[in-house]
Amino acid sequence: MWKWLHPYAKTDATFRLCQVLLPWFSISALLTLSLGLVWGLAFAPSDYQQGDSFRIIYIHVPSAILSMSTYFAMAVAAFIGLVWQIRTAHMAMIAIAPVGAVITFIALFTGAAWGKPMWGTWWVWDARLTSELILLFLYLGVMALYNAFDDKIQAGKAAGVMAIVGVINLPIIHYSVEWWNTLHQGATISKFDKPSIAPEMLWPLLISMLGMGLFIGAVTLVKLQNEILRREINRPWVITLLTSEETK
Amino acid sequence: MISILFSVFKRDISLAYRQRAELLQPLLFFILVISLFPLGVGPEPETLRKIGPGVIWVAAILSSLLGMERLFREDFLDGSLEQTMLSGVSMSLVALVKVFTHWIVNVVPLLLLSPLFSLFLNLSDEMYWALISTLVIGTPILSLVGAIAVGLTVGLQKGGVLLALLLLPIFVPLLIFATSAVDAAYMQLPYNAHLAIIGAMLLLALALAPFAIAYALKVSQN
Repeated sequence: MWKWLHPYAKTDATFRLCQVLLPWFSISALLTLSLGLVWGLAFAPSDYQQGDSFRIIYIHVPSAILSMSTYFAMAVAAFIGLVWQIRTAHMAMIAIAPVGAVITFIALFTGAAWGKPMWGTWWVWDARLTSELILLFLYLGVMALYNAFDDKIQAGKAAGVMAIVGVINLPIIHYSVEWWNTLHQGATISKFDKPSIAPEMLWPLLISMLGMGLFIGAVTLVKLQNEILRREINRPWVITLLTSEETK
Repeated sequence: MISILFSVFKRDISLAYRQRAELLQPLLFFILVISLFPLGVGPEPETLRKIGPGVIWVAAILSSLLGMERLFREDFLDGSLEQTMLSGVSMSLVALVKVFTHWIVNVVPLLLLSPLFSLFLNLSDEMYWALISTLVIGTPILSLVGAIAVGLTVGLQKGGVLLALLLLPIFVPLLIFATSAVDAAYMQLPYNAHLAIIGAMLLLALALAPFAIAYALKVSQN
């Protein structure tokens, strides 16, 4: 059943797969993301309470939701790499990590920018904000560990272990932070109740979420290609590829 | 098998006993951090009581990070770790024993000192008992989970700051539950539920961490 996956343990097969997939991902990401954002930022009705400032939701919510799932994807890649000893899975893991970190940062930044007009402050120790911040630290930890090793095969394994430890911890962190917050301060300003969203607001949100996901996929593909080239720089197929690029 | 593990235990204890001066350093660091806080935030008893549990737990986490690096470092450098791996004895059990020994040598003195700092920070009796029980259940989690990251970074030249970057985010839930248990004791509320959750985390770590530590050491040994 999984036999078709086996060739992708070889880096050149994965590289070619990335080459095939990349245009599809980038074009569809461009289309859906611009559709979702233009619709959301310009045409969707403004909120009766928050006015136009709620429109940042079309960037904030997709990035916040996808930051967690990107971490999960990274951990799945790490798990595959550790269990089946597939090098390309480690490369995929380390290609995903910076993308996820940036998405998490976008979620934090837009959250802060949204919090300023709505809550009157850039930062509150709200449960979701806090767990998002810790998620950012987890990403940075995986990347720092990977960069600390000179031997990149060893680095991939070590960072993979850390990614899996993080993913086991992620739900514990999430719920403990939620619980901590309700314990310390009741419903002051921390919890912004999500209004049951109107369909003309929901559709652009869903579309920009899809677009953001495709965008993450496209960036990851590029980073994976780069990682493969960097790691396999002395392989014959890379050398022929690069020389043919040069002569073109 | 048992005798092998016991000899590992005995060896680690005697090694630690011969390096008493090094063992003292994290402990002194711990006391120093705690005594800095009253100087920083002011000596009002009420303030100290309010921040006390958090200060003590943060200091405990930091000082355990400080002592943690020694867990596998020397065995790694002199090659005895490699020999243990080659010996065919289950590495996860040996790692568990080593972590346990490390906990006894490094953390138990800290627990024995706890009356002193509860005095420093003006904790009430209920708070003190809550604090000591969270420390007893919680610090083994620090050692177990920390050992995974120590195992991963043992081969690196400068693992110290990296270790903190890897571990501190992971210790967040423990910190939250431990300090809120002491807070509950402060308000004269029952804190059994907090202890139960910390206990659950300990059991989870006890079940999974030894394998992760053994694998991490294998990665480091390359």
